[in-house]
Amino acid sequence: MFIFMLLFSRQGKLRLQKWYVPLSDKEKKKITRELVQTVLARKPKMCSFLEWRDLKVVYKRYASLYFCCAIEDQDNELITLEIIHRYVELLDKYFGSVCELDIIFNFEKAYFILDEFLLGGEAQETSKKNVLKAIEQADLLQETKRSILKSII
Amino acid sequence: MPAVSKGDGMRGLAVFISDIRNCKSKEAEVKRINKELANIRSKFKGDKALDGYSKKKYVCKLLFIFLLGHDIDFGHMEAVNLLSSNKYTEKQIGYLFISVLVNSNSDLIRLINNAIKNDLASRNSTFMNLALHCIANVGSREMAEAFASEIPRILVAGDTMDSVKQSAALCLLRLNRTSPDLIPMGEWTARVVHLLNDQHLGVVTAATSLIATLAQKSPDEFKTSVSLAVARLSRIVTSASIDLQDYTYYFVAAPWLSVKLLRLLQCYPPPEDAALRSRLTECLETILNKAQEPPKSKKVQHSNAKNAVLFEAIALIIHHDSEPNLLVRACNQLGQFLQHRETNLRYLALESMCTLASSEFSHEAVKTHIETVISALKTERDVSVRQRAVDLLYAMCDRSNSKQIVAEMLSYLETADYSIREEIVLKVAILAEKYAVDYTWYVDTILNLIRIAGDYVSEEVWYRVIQIVINRDDVQGYAAKTVFEALQAPACHENLVKVGGYILGEFGNLIAGDPRSSPLVQFDLLHSKFHLCSVPTRALLLSAYIKFINLFPEVKGTIQDVLRSDSQLRNADVELQQRAVEYLRLSCIASTDILATVLEEMPPFPERESSILAKLKKKKGSSKLPDLDDSRRTVNGSSEHAEDTEAVNINVNQTCRFLTEELISTDRPHPTSCSATMLPTRTMGPIHTSTDILNLNSTPSSGASLLVDVFSDMANPAPTEGSEDHFPRFVCKNNGVIYENQLLQIGLKSEYRQNLGRMYVFYGNKTSTQFLSFSTSVTSDIVLSSHLSVQAKPVDPLIEAGAQVQQILNIECVSDFSDAPVLNIQFRYGGTLQNIAVKLPVMLNKFFQPTEMASQDFFQRWKQLGAPQQEVQKIFKAQNQMDTDVAKAKLLGFGVALLDGVDPNPANFVGAGIIHTKTTQVGCLLRLEPNTQAQMYRLTLRTSKESVSQRLCELLSEQF
Repeated sequence: MFIFMLLFSRQGKLRLQKWYVPLSDKEKKKITRELVQTVLARKPKMCSFLEWRDLKVVYKRYASLYFCCAIEDQDNELITLEIIHRYVELLDKYFGSVCELDIIFNFEKAYFILDEFLLGGEAQETSKKNVLKAIEQADLLQETKRSILKSII
Repeated sequence: MPAVSKGDGMRGLAVFISDIRNCKSKEAEVKRINKELANIRSKFKGDKALDGYSKKKYVCKLLFIFLLGHDIDFGHMEAVNLLSSNKYTEKQIGYLFISVLVNSNSDLIRLINNAIKNDLASRNSTFMNLALHCIANVGSREMAEAFASEIPRILVAGDTMDSVKQSAALCLLRLNRTSPDLIPMGEWTARVVHLLNDQHLGVVTAATSLIATLAQKSPDEFKTSVSLAVARLSRIVTSASIDLQDYTYYFVAAPWLSVKLLRLLQCYPPPEDAALRSRLTECLETILNKAQEPPKSKKVQHSNAKNAVLFEAIALIIHHDSEPNLLVRACNQLGQFLQHRETNLRYLALESMCTLASSEFSHEAVKTHIETVISALKTERDVSVRQRAVDLLYAMCDRSNSKQIVAEMLSYLETADYSIREEIVLKVAILAEKYAVDYTWYVDTILNLIRIAGDYVSEEVWYRVIQIVINRDDVQGYAAKTVFEALQAPACHENLVKVGGYILGEFGNLIAGDPRSSPLVQFDLLHSKFHLCSVPTRALLLSAYIKFINLFPEVKGTIQDVLRSDSQLRNADVELQQRAVEYLRLSCIASTDILATVLEEMPPFPERESSILAKLKKKKGSSKLPDLDDSRRTVNGSSEHAEDTEAVNINVNQTCRFLTEELISTDRPHPTSCSATMLPTRTMGPIHTSTDILNLNSTPSSGASLLVDVFSDMANPAPTEGSEDHFPRFVCKNNGVIYENQLLQIGLKSEYRQNLGRMYVFYGNKTSTQFLSFSTSVTSDIVLSSHLSVQAKPVDPLIEAGAQVQQILNIECVSDFSDAPVLNIQFRYGGTLQNIAVKLPVMLNKFFQPTEMASQDFFQRWKQLGAPQQEVQKIFKAQNQMDTDVAKAKLLGFGVALLDGVDPNPANFVGAGIIHTKTTQVGCLLRLEPNTQAQMYRLTLRTSKESVSQRLCELLSEQF
């Protein structure tokens, strides 16, 4: 199970945070600070896994963004790495070659996509097609609403 | 599509985000945020009702500000309002805000739950999903209470949309994790299991996560999932890669689902049904076979997904631990990965092999990779990979390769990353102890450890080497020689000085025969390090010096000079000063016998778990520590593991307690818990540790009182009232009750032979409550302590109600004495601390040996002892009835032989005996003349020593 997922930039700016266990804001900030520091200090060729406190941390860098997940001891590191990749693929497909700015300006979308893909710390739907279909439907819903509105006006 | 959806027309939000990004400084950012917060607050408070769009925009801005790391204390109500909007995007932002900023405000929770309830009942799958996502994200208890029955219903209802089922399954999982008591198993469980057969792989994926978690908690309820999972897995691994369409990931069929199914199967032992079992074995073999096939894609995603399944399959094989063939194949596969160019795979292979090493089937196979692992240790550039290599070497270590592995770890330690040094030190120390065939190797290894990584050698490690050296006399001489040699190095670590000081202090005599390590050389060597060391080490060295005075009288003068120097006697550190003063005094006052007793070699330590192992466990968490016990795991790893741990005899609590005690009470290891501060010059028999005067407690308060004790005669604990009452009764007898109050009765039984005695003290608890923290000590004043030594054996700290415990005191008379030692008893009764002091009836006459002699001999000696100071005479009034037989019995009890026919007057008594002390023997003659008419006695004593005559006369005259 995922404990949390963090997206942060090379400069250490947090871009997205998702917590799957209840923690106080103070704890969250502390964890974030420590982990961002640890991961940024690692060299490019190093392996993607590390033991951190009593958790496993799996991270991967995509362009300027680090995707970093904490999982439980018995969880599978490699499949977690591919969960990260699938999420990147989903963002990429949705935004059309995603970049850091997309996530900054459309953070709420990034959260919605993540919720469709991962729920309660577990993969909910691993089919790229199905996830995007769900998001598209929601987008359509607002489009129609807006066009209805427009037609009324 | 994407271009349209960007921003959703929330222009204000985009502008705000740009503004924040353009801020040049943190201050500017805070200023901009505060401005925005003020704006939003005024909008929310304003009289004009906001439209949904504005509300959404402002709530979204608040969310953004919160995610930047600022506190948000308003806007919750507006977010809740958005939940009931019938515009999807508004509802969605409302839910997002609630999910991220959970607030336990109960009023709001009720409103939120209401909105969720409405959405769940809406039959609109998009709305239902939003509501379920919110429950899964928040997962609070209130939500569990509100929806515990609703969600399972949605999950198993026939007409629920697939996507809703997926959300419901994971929603239920989250609630089960946070409030398992609120999610009762029910009729829905069986139907949930059948979701494994669902057409929709997304539903199966979500359901498998749920079932795996529930099955961990209640395996019996979900037993039927095993066959379904095996069937599902079998279909996936044998499918052509395109069959599963969008669930195929880089040519790997449903890797996520496969991993989850394999995890679910790890909740159970191997299937008992033979067909099912062979089907599962086939699956596992197929997965292993696929690893050998050429990759279908060069993309890393392909190999990652494929290997993710492979590693999970290996985890299941290890968990079952029943198919030697599969275990060995798994080991070989991991062996290939050990040399893979992907760092990730090398890391995982090392990690996975660690668990394989603990299986009896694969332990040997793992061992064949030792060279690769050692080279990984030397060549890996990533410290986390090297760490795994250390773990694996530790796990694969056994008697056959321990020397090689310990040597490699030691040599790696020289260059090891600082972050993992301490752990390696602990591991080396444990392996060296566990697999030591000859203890000289062990001593060498630990000294090497200190030499190479002294800073990382924790107290537990050097305490342990001392414990082992003390307990094994075959290694003591070697240890002394080795530390002596190691100390020759011009710069040696302080921990080595500590170990060296302790060991030479105890066993320096074993190498003193060699002129190259003569006592003086040893002392000079230790003392050359003294000034560079910290206070605790110097304190330890001072203790070693006083032990030297005992071991080597020839260096006494040198050491006394050192102790006497101003830098010691007037040291600014109170502990050092105190030790110097006390040790100097001790060395001057005490006779060699007292010194020998007080400074005797440490008794063996009680056998117990290595404190190092406990420390390593604490560091790593015991679950992660590969089991070193020789009995390998048998069937199901996780459950058996706990028992194994017990088999190694772990009692963490106990060890922790031992550690804290050790750390609090002293800077040196000592055999048993020692509560009382030992006062070397005054305490004859420290109760718990017999002779470790080095255990001086270093708390300032006790230190101060110690000083007072040494220099004044005041501090002898005054016997409590009534405690001397029975004392005179024991002059002429050895057994009886010496003390009694409402709580406690103390009985004595004693026997004496020449100058030695043994006293059995019986403590009887007269109450119906336990006595806790029961402890005793024997104290004597400074004069007495040099004449009489009393060694007390340990006593049980707990006396049950109505029970009696026994303590043995060993007594030695060094030379004649007149006072009596005091037995101090302390215990806790019903919350209050009780203190009792009893004068112990150890008198000089106890060391009498009766002597028979003829009358002419008697008179001859009587004359010889004619000097005025040798005779003591006392005329006193009879206290009791003057009965001849009683008087005879008393004189015999006093210890002399009664000589008949010596005195011309048959009414008189004549006796003779010899007082035995360690240093001398004192002959003693007595004559008692009763005068029945006057009710008076005349007692005459003649001995070769005035003090003896005096004392015996005092004792005996009280008896009639």
